[in-house]
Amino acid sequence: MSLEASFADEPAFVPYLAAGDPDYESSLAYVEALARGGADAIELGLPFSEPIAEGSTIQEAIVRALEAGMTVDRYFEFVADLDVDVPLVCMTYYNLIYQYGDEQGPRPFVRKAAEVGLSGFVVPDLPAEEAGPLRDACDEFGLDLVFIVAPTTEGERLERMREQVSGYVYVQARLGTTGARDEVSDYTERSLARIEDWDVPKAVGFGIKSGDHAERIVSAGADGIIVGSALVDIVAEGHENDDATEEVAQRLEDKARELKQGALRGAGDRPRVE
Amino acid sequence: MSTSKFGDYGGQYVPEALMPAIEELTDAYERYVLNNEDGFIDEFRQRMRDFGGRPTPLQYAEQLSARYDTDVYLKREDLLHGGAHKLNNALGQVLLAKYMGKERIIAETGAGQHGTATAMAAAHLDMPCVIYMGETDIARQRPNVFRIRINGAEVNPVTTGRGTLKEAISETMRDWATTVENTHYVIGSVVGPAPFPSMVRDFQALISEEAREQIQEQAGTLPDAVLACAGGGSNTMGTFHHFVDDSAVDLYAVEAGGSSLSVDEEAGVAPNSASLSTGEEGVLHGARTKVLQDTDGQIMESHSVSAGLDYAGVGPELAHLVDSGRVDPVNVDDDVALEAFHRLSQDEGVIPALETAHAFGYLEEHHDELGDTVVVNVSGRGDKDLETVIEETMERDLSIAPDMSIFREVGGGAL
Ligand SMILES: Cc1ncc(COP(=O)(O)O)c(C=O)c1O
Repeated sequence: MSLEASFADEPAFVPYLAAGDPDYESSLAYVEALARGGADAIELGLPFSEPIAEGSTIQEAIVRALEAGMTVDRYFEFVADLDVDVPLVCMTYYNLIYQYGDEQGPRPFVRKAAEVGLSGFVVPDLPAEEAGPLRDACDEFGLDLVFIVAPTTEGERLERMREQVSGYVYVQARLGTTGARDEVSDYTERSLARIEDWDVPKAVGFGIKSGDHAERIVSAGADGIIVGSALVDIVAEGHENDDATEEVAQRLEDKARELKQGALRGAGDRPRVE
Repeated sequence: MSTSKFGDYGGQYVPEALMPAIEELTDAYERYVLNNEDGFIDEFRQRMRDFGGRPTPLQYAEQLSARYDTDVYLKREDLLHGGAHKLNNALGQVLLAKYMGKERIIAETGAGQHGTATAMAAAHLDMPCVIYMGETDIARQRPNVFRIRINGAEVNPVTTGRGTLKEAISETMRDWATTVENTHYVIGSVVGPAPFPSMVRDFQALISEEAREQIQEQAGTLPDAVLACAGGGSNTMGTFHHFVDDSAVDLYAVEAGGSSLSVDEEAGVAPNSASLSTGEEGVLHGARTKVLQDTDGQIMESHSVSAGLDYAGVGPELAHLVDSGRVDPVNVDDDVALEAFHRLSQDEGVIPALETAHAFGYLEEHHDELGDTVVVNVSGRGDKDLETVIEETMERDLSIAPDMSIFREVGGGAL
């Protein structure tokens, strides 16, 4: 299934987890729990040692995953081992994509990603200006390249992204880094308005943590919601308390269901535009 | 002129939230720094004179010259206010932030030298200032932490990773992504996304602007070789810049060879910081450059006797100048640097920073290949390093070191 199709019928719920957090086997169970809970696509983090766009929650997840032995090759195995039937998006930093394989540039990584069944990429440290080679490789192997629109993105920069984006556009709901927050950012509506006439689905992320939150974002016009830190918090807590994997997986599934239901309620509040 | 790339190196690999700030900075760099709009450069030069103490001397080093049978000149950046070249950049950027109408300064620091310079510049120009510093570095650089605090800046400890410079840079970038609208990030070396590498070089280029004139006045000739230590490479590019077009002048970037040039992939540690000599091309902190990394592309922790050289990347312009053959990347290990520290202190009465000592270590080992006239940049003074030097000297058997028995009798940590 294509990424864009995940948004077709109803607002999409797109969760994020760092692959291998806190260990390989539990992490497989957690990602599968999110799919059971109603995920329409999943952003699967490939841990990088310098995650400059992440807040402390996801930074710590990345440290846990790296310490448990996650590597690029293990990540590809992880994707192949996963038993889910929603599209998977690789979220990582450019150096890992750039270093992979014998050939210079992103092509070998993208080829391998296509082989193991990934559907696309989000690369937070790759602005549209530097994205040409990755975009070309994605086109060659039929993968999507998602871009992040920040509250400060305007004018020419917005156009440059529009030309290159596919799958969905990631609307960053606030300035700063990832992390769950209590209040809904007031940037959401303004940001959505700026890209109103884009063809790709618009998914809002950064700071969403509850079903109500999700509902408000979708009723503001989002085609989907992206949730990371609120889910990673559940993984972290389970890890700290030494809770059984099944229990933590169940909590993730419940949280996923809450978020998906919230998104669906939000869609009920507004007319669907075709 | 493109200010974004040096060959294939450089660029702007940063989160989207930072791009508008980077564009705004690029515009300000072109207007104020390159075109002296509103007299920015005039004010910068005047403040570097009155507050900073420029020009710094170029000093003929009599004992070293005799020892090596080569005319050795010292560019005395250790005499700049604050005791290191760092102020050239810090003052330039804080002043630029003022011209841009920013209200808050943030910066990272490793050894604490850039943090202290930025705190000084911010106090001088009356700007609130927050310094990010890794926990490990806070523990091993306490005097500098205190200097930052007494200049009125805040110090935010960074606890992620191993708590050193690269984590501090990442954390400062995160702050900036949240506060771009009113905050300027004063990056500490010729690293990071464009326009930082060019801009920091231009501020540091006062070093070679002066040195090139001074050497011709004093020696009647251009030097055969110019040496500077290289971590991120800001004193390096500053010392090289006005000599780059003088093709007869050899340029040596001296990196920290640490305890070994190998890397420990398992532990994620490189016991050196020789990114120009041994790094592979990669993307780190906003730029494509030479990077100490494992085969996956995970960034290594670098480590040497001098905290200020410990950075897994290096300025993209230096990486380019190395590839094009203009700059020779060389390195010396911890032992050689430590011996050079003692030698310069004893022979010339100049106590150098441990970073700086690497350049003198290379001079000791290769003086007969460097020609008749050599300029070495004394990037900073060594007061900040005395505790480290006591520890490291006691661990070794260095014939050149002073008798350390007084410390053994009294016990460690006497200072
Ligand atoms: C005295 C001194 N020299 C050199 C350096 C290395 O920095 P760069 O390579 O940017 O000149 C430092 C960094 O802290 C320093 O304090």
